[in-house]
Amino acid sequence: MLSRRLFLKSTALIGCSAAAHPLLSTVSFASAPGENRLVVIILRGAMDGLDVLQPYGDPALRGLRPGLSTGPADGATDLDGFYALHPGLGALYPLWQAGQLGFVPAVSTPYRDKRSHFDGQDLLESGTGHDLPVRMQQGGWLNRLLQDMPDAVSQTAYSVGVEDMLILAGQAQARSWAPDAQLRMSPQAQMLLDHVYHDDPLFRDAASLAGEIAAERMDGGRRGGGATAGALGRFAASRLNEATRIASFSIGGWDSHANQPQVIGRALQRLSDAILALREGLGGNWDRTTVLAMTEFGRTARQNGSGGTDHGTGGAMLMAGGAIRGGRVIGDWPGLGEGDLYAGRDLMPTRDVRAYAAWAMRGLFGTERNALEQSIFPGLDMGDDPGMLA
Amino acid sequence: MDVSFPLLAAIRLGYGLSPLMPAPPNAQAVLNSVQRACDPGTDAVSHADIREQTKQFAALAKARKGGDKAAIQRYREMNRAMAALPRQDLQRRLARAVEAPAGFGERLVQFWADHFTIRADGAANQLMGMAFVDQAIRPHLNGNFADLLIAADTHPMMLRYLNQNSSFGPNSRSAQNNPERALGLNENLAREMIELHTLGAGADYSQEDVRQLAELLTGLTWRRNDDRRFVPAMAEPGAETVLGRSYGGDDRAEMQDIHAVMADLARHPHTAQHMAGKLARHFVSDTPSSALVQDLAASWRDSDGHLPTVYGVLVAHPDLARDFRAKVRQPFDYLASATRALGLSGDDIRALTGQQMRRFYHVPINRMGQPWTRPTGPDGWPEAAAAWITPQGLAERIEWGLQMPAKLLKELPDPRKLVSTALGDTVGDPLQWAVPKAESTLEGVAMVLSSNDFNRR
Repeated sequence: MLSRRLFLKSTALIGCSAAAHPLLSTVSFASAPGENRLVVIILRGAMDGLDVLQPYGDPALRGLRPGLSTGPADGATDLDGFYALHPGLGALYPLWQAGQLGFVPAVSTPYRDKRSHFDGQDLLESGTGHDLPVRMQQGGWLNRLLQDMPDAVSQTAYSVGVEDMLILAGQAQARSWAPDAQLRMSPQAQMLLDHVYHDDPLFRDAASLAGEIAAERMDGGRRGGGATAGALGRFAASRLNEATRIASFSIGGWDSHANQPQVIGRALQRLSDAILALREGLGGNWDRTTVLAMTEFGRTARQNGSGGTDHGTGGAMLMAGGAIRGGRVIGDWPGLGEGDLYAGRDLMPTRDVRAYAAWAMRGLFGTERNALEQSIFPGLDMGDDPGMLA
Repeated sequence: MDVSFPLLAAIRLGYGLSPLMPAPPNAQAVLNSVQRACDPGTDAVSHADIREQTKQFAALAKARKGGDKAAIQRYREMNRAMAALPRQDLQRRLARAVEAPAGFGERLVQFWADHFTIRADGAANQLMGMAFVDQAIRPHLNGNFADLLIAADTHPMMLRYLNQNSSFGPNSRSAQNNPERALGLNENLAREMIELHTLGAGADYSQEDVRQLAELLTGLTWRRNDDRRFVPAMAEPGAETVLGRSYGGDDRAEMQDIHAVMADLARHPHTAQHMAGKLARHFVSDTPSSALVQDLAASWRDSDGHLPTVYGVLVAHPDLARDFRAKVRQPFDYLASATRALGLSGDDIRALTGQQMRRFYHVPINRMGQPWTRPTGPDGWPEAAAAWITPQGLAERIEWGLQMPAKLLKELPDPRKLVSTALGDTVGDPLQWAVPKAESTLEGVAMVLSSNDFNRR
């Protein structure tokens, strides 16, 4: 009788062992020439764009979602008479007013119909179309961007914690970093271990970086658990104030199959914290910064039976930063009428989300269009300039 | 390297070598170990336990609201005790892994619990998370996959984790009678049943199959204080078609129809292929040979998913020797193997206090990147070696090897002995050369446990 025995025992509280957000554990950096800065935030779990940027002016919305995304009537902030901002991002409204926050309402990668988080995220992060099986796609698109920049200084990706993001994976050197990973071995033991690992590259590389990393410390870093979104934003900002020009990390927790108001509320709080921490940490450099927050796919137009939504297709992208022309929703709105939905259930994407990432790189780093369409996002048609940057 | 079968079996299919017991002599000994793991043991969690805990906790919560000082104190204690359950779960799982003579059965518990990943939310549901392994996984390790699938995907913990409890047929009685509640489908369980548990994401199925399966599953639910697993009022009327086959008559589906679709999904050729790949990637190599995958898939198809038959092919396969050390031990595997190599017994683990368990195992496993009972998504833990041997992950293993042996043992083993205790004649030259040169016993022991020879299998 396990349970009865348990209640007779008095036990100590679990302290830091409850890992806060294992998905909030990675941030990658790369340096590049110039002063412009790009931050890419991957929203893992499929963010419901229709709830974040609520098209309350579309007459079909209410029929699809009697209890979700109900616009200004329930505390969302009206943006332009058609779209309203979810209350969970209320803290970002001043950025909207300052022209430093914008949205694209209906985008997606070319990934269709299977709606698997794992494949969808792989596709988003690797940035290649469906011309190759996901398993065969090598490296991430930010990395391919770096390879296109002959003047990129050091190409270093740090990741905090245990989960490496594909987006900066590739030929650039990757470094994992964590606060307080103590290696208290004698120099002799370290030397011996180097010898032991010598012919095993996986262990050799991990060990050599672990030694280097042990010297590094993050302000306010704690042992165990994942860093909070605010801490990731602050940490990224501190790097971007130095030689780093590109940072990327992920925020998880968007998979809102049930109780969406609670689920998305928590996730939006994290996103909001990260963006505000970036703005605060970057100071004057915020004006040279573009933040893109993207997700693997959107969610169903209709709410489901559990006050949530299921995996869909089109979704929203968020842009922030002093370098953007914000205070606007850019890109076409497909409508929510019966004939407008993808497969009769999802928001129809009106553009490839990668086109916006490509135009941002074109504007920030001067990357050539043919490099963007051929090597960084093979097979992408960038289309016309959407005019994202100020 | 020419590795003998007993060493291959202990290192690749079990939890490594132990000075307390011999390695399994032959394939039959390995396969026989599975039956032992099927027994959930004397401290298995029952539904009665869960119910009683729920009742007690609700009573305390009520008394606490009333402002009763003693009740507030007892409520806090109980909450703490429930929050400590994951650590006790780790303790019992580790003890069994450490004491199993041929750990293949316990490795399979780990494999199937990961294939059918669940995550218990909140202190009050931790007991149910433990019950899932006791009731759905262990008893079905050595039978037919269809029975394992049905046990796992109809278990209350899975129904809770994948939102099945709130999936209503749009035209069900409940939905019709409560129009104001806008009750409807939740596709989560249906999707994962196909995408993760059976056919695999790459297989040939459509969104419509997922939706039809979700409709067919309506009525399958679990509520506290209700023994029924099937509530007719939630079920969608009419037949559903999944992968070209129709289930349930003109009336609403029954539990037997739900079992029927699961049995068909279990029997599907894509499932054989998907599961063969998973077993190969978990036990043999991140990039297994197509011969191994085809051999496993063929035995799966020919035996209709009879697991002991499939295990037999795996255990006897030449790739076991060919791909020696292609895999990296995951953190749980590392901790269990290190504990065994150090000569501890299962009872030694059971004797640890909560505080010791926390410091020696629970905090380290979380830091090594495998937070116990807290997988990040329904797809479970990654298989790729690079996911585990990161600078941070390796640093934590080295740290464990430096600190914990001295805390677990009265006396440290001689590192030169530990090398052969832990690795037999599979120890590589660099490690053989380095260990005697360590400055201290402590560092010598750490070096053995941190070595790539030991962390690979």
